[in-house]
Amino acid sequence: MNKTESLKKKLLGTPYFIWSVIFILVPLGMVFYYGLTDRSGVFTLANVLAISTPEHSKALWIALFLSVIATVICLLLAYPLAMILSRQKNGRQSFIVLIFILPMWMNFLLRTLAWQTLLEKTGVINSILEFLHLPALNIINTPYAIILGMVYNFLPFMVLPIYNALSKIDINVINAARDLGANGLQVFLKITLPLSIPGIISGITMVFIPALTTFVISKLLGGSKILLIGNVIEEEFTQASNWHLGSGLSIVLMLFIIINMLLTAAFDKDGEGSFL
Amino acid sequence: MKKLLCLALSLLFVLSLLTGCGNSAGKNGEVIVFNWGEYIDPETLSLFEKETGIKVVYEEFDTNETMYPKVETGASAYDVICPSDYMIQKMIDNNLLAEINFDNIPNIKNIGEQYFEQSKEFDPENKYSVPYCFGTVGILYNKTMVSDPVDSWSILWDEKYADNILMQDSVRDAFMVALKLNGFSMNTLDESQLQAAKNSLIEQKPLVQAYVIDQVRDKMIGDEAALGVIYSGEAIYTQRENENLEYVVPKEGTNVWIDSWVIPKNAPNKENAEKFIDFMCRDDIALMNFEYITYSTPNVAAQALIEDEDIKNSKIAFPDLSQYENLETFQYLGSEGDDLYNSLWKEVKSE
Repeated sequence: MNKTESLKKKLLGTPYFIWSVIFILVPLGMVFYYGLTDRSGVFTLANVLAISTPEHSKALWIALFLSVIATVICLLLAYPLAMILSRQKNGRQSFIVLIFILPMWMNFLLRTLAWQTLLEKTGVINSILEFLHLPALNIINTPYAIILGMVYNFLPFMVLPIYNALSKIDINVINAARDLGANGLQVFLKITLPLSIPGIISGITMVFIPALTTFVISKLLGGSKILLIGNVIEEEFTQASNWHLGSGLSIVLMLFIIINMLLTAAFDKDGEGSFL
Repeated sequence: MKKLLCLALSLLFVLSLLTGCGNSAGKNGEVIVFNWGEYIDPETLSLFEKETGIKVVYEEFDTNETMYPKVETGASAYDVICPSDYMIQKMIDNNLLAEINFDNIPNIKNIGEQYFEQSKEFDPENKYSVPYCFGTVGILYNKTMVSDPVDSWSILWDEKYADNILMQDSVRDAFMVALKLNGFSMNTLDESQLQAAKNSLIEQKPLVQAYVIDQVRDKMIGDEAALGVIYSGEAIYTQRENENLEYVVPKEGTNVWIDSWVIPKNAPNKENAEKFIDFMCRDDIALMNFEYITYSTPNVAAQALIEDEDIKNSKIAFPDLSQYENLETFQYLGSEGDDLYNSLWKEVKSE
């Protein structure tokens, strides 16, 4: 009986197994193959080491810099919101969560394109400002617009894991702390914050990685004037048709993502803060 | 209940897969077309299906560079493709194209002789390509925002128009502007000339509002910028939408480009491909396409059918190319040439 049960479980796992082989392992292998060979198929490290050229390293630093800022802003915005959210009554809670998820039903590209229309020199926001005789907002095609785009697009990915972690905290623990004489700040620092760390870490991962690798946001809101590492890789594939260099740089980028994931694993052993 | 729902959904999924695969071809087979985005009147495709009984499978690409690897790897077979000049040359060089049997394309007589002459720059014996659209690259400007006369690429370096300039976000087009400004050929491989062009582009960068491709059109219509580098085919459309816009071919010369129909070597339905090209060369069909996409047609029979006199005599739609000097068509520069341009472009972009 037990044996058939476990066999059944294994069988249920096969679609996922096949899926991950075809769509994760094989492409990953191809990235490594292209990244570590040149056009004639000979092994080389040149594509990976190409990250040290001034253009590439600059693009990497700008991408790191902007995505760290965007992640910090997301965290600062998301934490209070998640706290408010976790203290609402049940019906209201799910309503607010719904409002937060609602924009994600629309395509990411469309939403970013909409920001372009909003921020443009003759766009919606500036037309309103002009009508009110206020100074114009000139952030389109600057790094500020890119950060705005990152924060806007990835904020829900920060809110939801933190909210998830916070709502799992047993109210009795907080009540006990209160009972024993802790004030609001102490409760927050000693109880709420430590218990929500898994959520924070997983939120950071889910904002930082897409922000670091984005190329669409800098293209649409940065006017292609600011080259992020994502743009360099994208152009190697689509424009320059140098898949080897594009893959080599992707491998470098993977390093940063792996570091980030290792940190996550270290902090979040039980997978508590995992998304929803 | 949940299980039932799952089952129903997966059934639906499998069914849709099956119908997708079992998509029956027309009674006379099918033709797989690979064309630029928004580059045909969809009505002409259904007319073709109705008249010939050949089913059209239609796919689109957005740049020559994204189209090329798909054809080269043979991952998907196409019957008819519409690349630009230098890319056709690259495909000929790499032995990817089939010779067209012109006996099967009687409507070829509608295409003006001068366009075949021009095509010789990339298809020396006119064996592989049939011109579909042509045009120039120039400056589109807003008359209400630009006070100086616009006749030179140098206006794109004028600090008066800082943050009001839209440049093309593609290597060859951007370098074409800078090379022509410096008086060089846009097909140069000379290191010092290219360095000079690169420095011009870096110098220009602070003045540029954004590097865009298709969005030049919408941004110029929306009064977002004063000057933009644009393909002549888009100019007619933008003028229809915003009457303050004017198109100019700069005196230093520019790129004259041709997009032509070609048939790849591995085309599964070569005869249907030739029927399709023939259909596209028919005067009434070429006219429909011209009116829909507003890109200049090399089809002289269709040009004669245009009813709107303004368009028919438009210098933008049908320029007298003999009045300009230094007109060139892009040539394929080999993979080393491509790499050189790309690395210089990256230096400009990361500045």
